[in-house]
Amino acid sequence: MSLVAEVETRRDGAVLQITLNRPEVFNAFNAALHAALAVALKEARDDEIRAVVITGAGRGFCAGQDLTEFSEVADDIRARLESTYHPNIRAIRTLEKPVIAAINGAAAGAGLSLACACDIRIASDAASFVPGFIGIGLVPDSGGSYFVHRLLGTARAFEWMTSNRKLSAAEGHLWGLVNEVVEAERLLERATEVATLYASLPTRGIGMTKRLFDHADTATLEEQLALEAQLQQAATQTADFREGVNAFLEKRPPRFSGA
Amino acid sequence: MTDDVVLVERDGAVAVVTLNRPKQLNALSDEVMEALVSRLVELDADNEIRCIVVAGNERAFAAGADIAMLAQTTPVEAATSARLARWDAIRKIGKPVVAAVSGYCLGGGCELAMVCDLIVASETAQFGQPEINLGVIPGAGGTQRLTRAVGKAVAMDVILSGRFLTAREALDAGLVARVVAKEAWFDEARRVARAIGEKSPVAVRLAKAAVNRAHEESLQLGVEYERQAFALALASEDAREGLAAFLEKRKPDFRGR
Repeated sequence: MSLVAEVETRRDGAVLQITLNRPEVFNAFNAALHAALAVALKEARDDEIRAVVITGAGRGFCAGQDLTEFSEVADDIRARLESTYHPNIRAIRTLEKPVIAAINGAAAGAGLSLACACDIRIASDAASFVPGFIGIGLVPDSGGSYFVHRLLGTARAFEWMTSNRKLSAAEGHLWGLVNEVVEAERLLERATEVATLYASLPTRGIGMTKRLFDHADTATLEEQLALEAQLQQAATQTADFREGVNAFLEKRPPRFSGA
Repeated sequence: MTDDVVLVERDGAVAVVTLNRPKQLNALSDEVMEALVSRLVELDADNEIRCIVVAGNERAFAAGADIAMLAQTTPVEAATSARLARWDAIRKIGKPVVAAVSGYCLGGGCELAMVCDLIVASETAQFGQPEINLGVIPGAGGTQRLTRAVGKAVAMDVILSGRFLTAREALDAGLVARVVAKEAWFDEARRVARAIGEKSPVAVRLAKAAVNRAHEESLQLGVEYERQAFALALASEDAREGLAAFLEKRKPDFRGR
């Protein structure tokens, strides 16, 4: 048992900050990190948490699979992906709250997939994005092929992910991979600022919007209209809807509780 | 009386029957099945009710049989007990029964959903027949109804490997009629029930019986039944009213006769 947790969590009001904590290996994934991340993402489901920031300790964001521990994984990688990587990716997508990746350094391989699985990416100007997988003859996993494709479109996604080229934060921003680039020293402050803003907004509406956008890529217009209608029905039953309308009518700023 | 294992709520012509053993994920004990059947039979005889919804809660419709009970059951009991008659009784309900499924719908729970007339599911619904994991097989129609619903290939996969079908898979495979957002499943089931409740109860009863024939018998026999059922429907007051209303460009007023 290690004295320092592979993932640390910190609550600041309604914001949960999750820090990958194996800085000596640029936060590469091993079994312990997967397990600790799973616990942190479970904590994110607490009702008091309304926004999540995921970042990395030290110089890297996440370097993907720890290759020195690759023998842990290589026999039946299908089973391992399903038992370790996939649950955390699913947890991020099904968490009905905004998840912000504060990308403090290199995001490579499954670390790139992790960053792209989040709802918003804020990158340090020192951050970089490395496909990684193809460099050792592998294909993108942990949702990388899905999220990168969705963010960049087929042409760029294919060309980049197969070239294994390192992408700078500035290029990432230009391509739409990243929402915002800030100076390295300001990254966490900015990510916290953004998360705090989100934590003050109608959480249920945000969660349902997240789901709508997740469906939008593959839904037909009719399916999407039907889903919007179902979720709007639910949205009108939230306390924050009533508060939003009342605040408007009373000409005052709304105070959203997240319910 | 929230201690009741089965609750009934009436909403106009719709009755909602809710399984109420949330701590056991609505495991279908003798007590639950007995209460469920009693309520369904009562509602079937109630002239005010035109459509019945059977529901669980958000986490589970019903996660299977009561395992402790099953472990005590002898083979002779399994082949002859009153338990079998209960399933037949549900199948014999004349009014339409809509299963509103959210979360786990497994084993006996899946068999219950399938013996209903149609399934409306939350996107969170999971369907399975995992009896194989206990060293037994589905015993309340699962091998028959699932195969008829989704075809041999998918049924074999589900029944032999014990895997679950997601709501989307179940929709694509023909097991469920509608899948909606998880906030909307209960509302959707009630909407469907209300829509059915607005039709001629005579026609609904006959249509349900005819579709069941298609499900359970040969084509020729089914067609012959349908012809007779059609003629019978046509003989009803509701049919005269329905046809007249159409021709007169007005809404029909179905009285159920």
